[in-house]
Amino acid sequence: MTLETILFYTLGMIFVGSALMVITRRNPVIAALYLILNFFCLAGLYLTLHAQFIAVIQVLVYAGAIMVLFLFVIMLLNLGDEQRLAEKISFRKILAAGLGVGLLLELLYIVGFIDVPMPEGDFSKGVDIGTVEYIGKELFTTYLFPFEVTSILLLAAMVGAVVLAKKKLE
Amino acid sequence: MTIQAYLILSALAFILGVIGVLTRRNAIIVFMSIELMLNSVNLSLVAFSSYLGDVRGQMLVFFVMTVAAAEAAVGLAIIIALFRNKQTINLDEMNILKW
Repeated sequence: MTLETILFYTLGMIFVGSALMVITRRNPVIAALYLILNFFCLAGLYLTLHAQFIAVIQVLVYAGAIMVLFLFVIMLLNLGDEQRLAEKISFRKILAAGLGVGLLLELLYIVGFIDVPMPEGDFSKGVDIGTVEYIGKELFTTYLFPFEVTSILLLAAMVGAVVLAKKKLE
Repeated sequence: MTIQAYLILSALAFILGVIGVLTRRNAIIVFMSIELMLNSVNLSLVAFSSYLGDVRGQMLVFFVMTVAAAEAAVGLAIIIALFRNKQTINLDEMNILKW
């Protein structure tokens, strides 16, 4: 077992385990903290794929900015445990779990048993494309227009969030 | 590691997100499950990008993250507005658009 394999299995197990905890915890604060753990594991997995830039962005944007926003909203709403919504086993839940498992089996079947014609490749090809230098060059040449459009999207989201969260509009 | 391992991991996380959206009634947890799904798709994009030596996958992940940030800001503002009007974020009680 190489170090890479050990890292992959460890991070992968924490990744799936924390995802499971996110959807089973009653208290939203605990769920949010598990989601942060999930994001950190995902950043580690990106590093095993040699995608350094994406890994850093994952920690900065997701684990940093977005989750702080989530925790702030949970704090503002002052939510307790959802005791009142007594999570009992209902027909809907069984249906949802069955649907989920069916979809999972389908995906696993596609990944594992269907011989999709795929270009040859291996992960050593990704060593130099994940760096900040390479991605930055690509971002400001080929993808300059989408990059600029993104700024308008963010501005629109910012204005929209302020308007929606305001008490009343004058 | 093979690419299949990464794809299976991504599929597992995606399905957990789907189950979370379908079963939970707390709007914030449903929202977190959506983030989970977005992230699992990002994982398979990065895996393919690294496997094929093609930077386009990572560029797409970059833009997905931007859209996710915008979506989180607007979605949480909607949740705050809903809570102000109904004093709850239980999705079962939000049936005003249901016919």
